Amino acid sequence: MTRRGDIAGFSNAVAIAGVGETDYSRASGRTELMLSLEAITAALADAGVEPREVDGLMKWWVDTSTEAEVAANLGIADLAWWGEINQAGNVGGALVAHAAAAIHAGLANVIVIYRGVNGRSGRRYGRGDVTGQRGRGGGAFSEPYGLLTPQHGLAMATRRRMFETGVTSRHFGMQAVAQRVHANRNPRATFHDRPLTLEEHQASRLIVDPFHLFDCCLETDGGGALVLTSADRARQRGRPVPLIRAAAQAGPGIGSPAARIASRLFAIAGIERDDIDVIQIYDHFGPFVLFALEDYGFVADAGRLVEEGGTAFDSGRLPVNTSGGHLSEAYMQGMNHLIEATRQIRGESTAQVADVAFSFCDTGIGTGAVILERGEP
Amino acid sequence: MSSGPWQFERPPDLPVPQPAEEAEQFFAALRAGRLAIQRCTSCGALAHPPRAMCRDCQGVDFDWQTMSGRAEVYSYVVTHQAVHPALNGYTPMATVEVVLAEGPHLTTNLVDVPPDEIEIGMAVEVVFEDVGDDVVLPLFRRSHLS
Repeated sequence: MTRRGDIAGFSNAVAIAGVGETDYSRASGRTELMLSLEAITAALADAGVEPREVDGLMKWWVDTSTEAEVAANLGIADLAWWGEINQAGNVGGALVAHAAAAIHAGLANVIVIYRGVNGRSGRRYGRGDVTGQRGRGGGAFSEPYGLLTPQHGLAMATRRRMFETGVTSRHFGMQAVAQRVHANRNPRATFHDRPLTLEEHQASRLIVDPFHLFDCCLETDGGGALVLTSADRARQRGRPVPLIRAAAQAGPGIGSPAARIASRLFAIAGIERDDIDVIQIYDHFGPFVLFALEDYGFVADAGRLVEEGGTAFDSGRLPVNTSGGHLSEAYMQGMNHLIEATRQIRGESTAQVADVAFSFCDTGIGTGAVILERGEP
Repeated sequence: MSSGPWQFERPPDLPVPQPAEEAEQFFAALRAGRLAIQRCTSCGALAHPPRAMCRDCQGVDFDWQTMSGRAEVYSYVVTHQAVHPALNGYTPMATVEVVLAEGPHLTTNLVDVPPDEIEIGMAVEVVFEDVGDDVVLPLFRRSHLS
């Protein structure tokens, strides 16, 4: 039973009515625009929405396919709402917040959020191709000393957190293995056919110490899309409805972004951490899954949780990254996490958690997060 | 080949700073042999990296306070795989975050500590490294101060 009117925020009036993705590969053989268009048409078919009905488009600022190009290819008659959020990969949850607010306010009826990227065969995040500043801006104080890629700065934060809390590389490995088990159940996952042991994680080569190879996400070519529209429209599909119970973002500020976002998000949602049944967390680097679990307030000691196997899909505790995540499914900058969070509500995950009422999705160390609630058709 | 003490060899292809206007005096001080941090003349707050406006009081007038040069290692990473072309042939290479005695944090390199001997909490002090083209960077060495 939904509780429209009982809560603030979007009042459960907006839903993720459809999701779509392309295959995930190392060399897509097609343009980033084509990857986005394929994912969008798949998501629209899933939602039962005609392309010409779309009146809103939103994208990652770093995405190379403009809203104008996408609108022209979809035959959109009147684009009423569009926009981007300017950070790197970590804006998916924030885009959902903006789109849901726009629909709730009546500024648009159907908004598509899309991502299409040749992240392996084209510009590679792992080499700083996208994020490098060539000594400018904040880069004037980090790049001359060798902090050149995303993993450098995040490895620095990881080392300090290990020092302060006692969390170890073995804990990071335990979470990587848990996600690999999920990926081994998921035919879309890059590592579908490759098991991983804790020993293999520990023996994998150091990339930027303390990050081993299997602490680092994949680099992926692929596309993904979400269709957001009214809950009433989504109900017509005759299946559980992924209602947007709450969505929020956090930018620069004082203290952990995840901690700041959590207080907003759970206040909007009017539920507690214990109510969450399944969790997706942006894992550009696996250690940040453990840090986010602590910073969002799900557990005080994430190291102990993974020692006890508590992030496995069938643990009955806090299942995390049930598609395999960025480490083992694909690195789609949070899009695949949002799709998986939606599938968990619909009961369609390949590592399905039983009886999901609330599905949580972080899309980048606290920069954006979403809580979905299962609504009845 | 020399078998002397270990010395940091800076990869020549690393970017050099292209400072924004509010950061130019940081690098000018380094060329004069001083490590100076931006200070708000209204409230005295130190800021690094330098900002256009003081985040504590929104003041826009600053001077530059010379630091003692004493610091300790706050965190560090060691690049083992040349994930960026500038690092080709220079791995393993350590990059270090230090916290100055006065509070601000700096990213830097240690000139006399091999990567496998770096520890959080290690006492270090600034040295001024001329990297050519009129650019001086604040690097650090084991502390010789008591």
